[in-house]
Amino acid sequence: MALLKSLAARKDDLSNPANQLKFLSNGIFKKGELPLFKDKIAETNHFPLKPKKLEILQLNLGYMCNQVCSHCHVDAGPDRKEIMTKETMEQCLEVIRNTGAHTLDLTGGAPEMNPNFRWFVEEASKAGIKDFIVRSNLTIILANKKYHDLPEFFKKHKVHVASSLPFYKRDKTDKQRGEGVFDKSIKALQMLNAVGYAQEGTGLKLDLVYNPSGAFLPTNQEALQNDFKVALKEDFNIDFNSLFAITNLPISRFLEYLIASENYEDYMYALVEAYNPTAVENVMCTNTISISWDGWLYDCDFNQMLGLKVDSKVQHISDYNEDLLNDRNIIISQHCYGCTAGAGSSCQGTVA
Amino acid sequence: MSKTYYDPADLRKFGNISEWNEELGSKFFDYYGKVFEEGALSAREKSLIALAVSHVVQCPYCIDAYTKDGLQRGIDKKEMMEAVHVGAAIKSGATLVHGVQMMNKYDKLSM
Repeated sequence: MALLKSLAARKDDLSNPANQLKFLSNGIFKKGELPLFKDKIAETNHFPLKPKKLEILQLNLGYMCNQVCSHCHVDAGPDRKEIMTKETMEQCLEVIRNTGAHTLDLTGGAPEMNPNFRWFVEEASKAGIKDFIVRSNLTIILANKKYHDLPEFFKKHKVHVASSLPFYKRDKTDKQRGEGVFDKSIKALQMLNAVGYAQEGTGLKLDLVYNPSGAFLPTNQEALQNDFKVALKEDFNIDFNSLFAITNLPISRFLEYLIASENYEDYMYALVEAYNPTAVENVMCTNTISISWDGWLYDCDFNQMLGLKVDSKVQHISDYNEDLLNDRNIIISQHCYGCTAGAGSSCQGTVA
Repeated sequence: MSKTYYDPADLRKFGNISEWNEELGSKFFDYYGKVFEEGALSAREKSLIALAVSHVVQCPYCIDAYTKDGLQRGIDKKEMMEAVHVGAAIKSGATLVHGVQMMNKYDKLSM
């Protein structure tokens, strides 16, 4: 099966974030069938949404990826050339050394494809951050010989690996992420287990990230984790620590899919119906700063993809000031319903 | 008026039935919610039973709802189709078992 192209490479209307935001404010929201997110959170006095204590710095090292997943909110793929430079990485390191955040979270694209990835991990791991996460798509480990030793490299730097695996069965995984992805992911997980990941006494953490392969919401995270644990152990002798269930947000390629499959309205209704005010208290934008490949600052990775920079005097890593940033209002739109549905959703799984 | 008897968008309005009878509507939805909670049967098993029954009673709203519910619970297409066959088998069995009544009647009426 040929790889899809990114929205950007196809010059699709939705590759322009302004068009996505317009779409998310029109139709059922403009007609008043569903409430705007700001009105919904105002019902429980959460508007304007304010940050709490900063806990997580999430760095996007670039949109380049070896996969082109049909749901990708980053619109990542081999045709994306946006990559964080060493100069921006150096600015990030300065911030990491002085931040009050306890977690550093590297994402992409495939962050491992950034040519300075290993140098950056080595330097960042010296900063004494408590939890250092790399979001790996797994298949990158087998994509090229030069990546085969990534499990050893992650182990050496005590990196906490968070890996996407949409399902514990081949058909759903390959449908979402591309043919052959499931088998490669399984092999990569076995390689991570072999060097000690998710093995008792090693302290090496391996978490899986589940997101629904279609226009439906994730079910109970604990139940899913149990199903994944049993199936992966029985079928492939694979161990992992925790499963994060993440809701697909209606942006980028997932939005494209929702529109093309005529599921958009039903999906938005489902998100709004499942709105949980408790989840609003803990949405990840309240404890995270997201930094793009070119050093701009955002409330979360989703706002980054929608081009919504933080509402602060400080908008770039070169001017980074945590106190000023923490005094901002978080920018919201209708896509935020994705993080407040049911038990809530964040890069660390459920929040309520 | 809608030109078809069934409109998929009506499923979202199911809760509105309480508007014309709050007491009975709430009693029904409380009962419904309770039935589908984890119990001696898991919520997953109940979802599959609901899917099979949805087909037997031929309710398009229920089929939409429990196909989606099954997907959310990680129930795969093989499990879903097997459940539908269970419903279909009971339905056809229920038809065929009446064949015995026919046979009895036939024999009784025949010399």
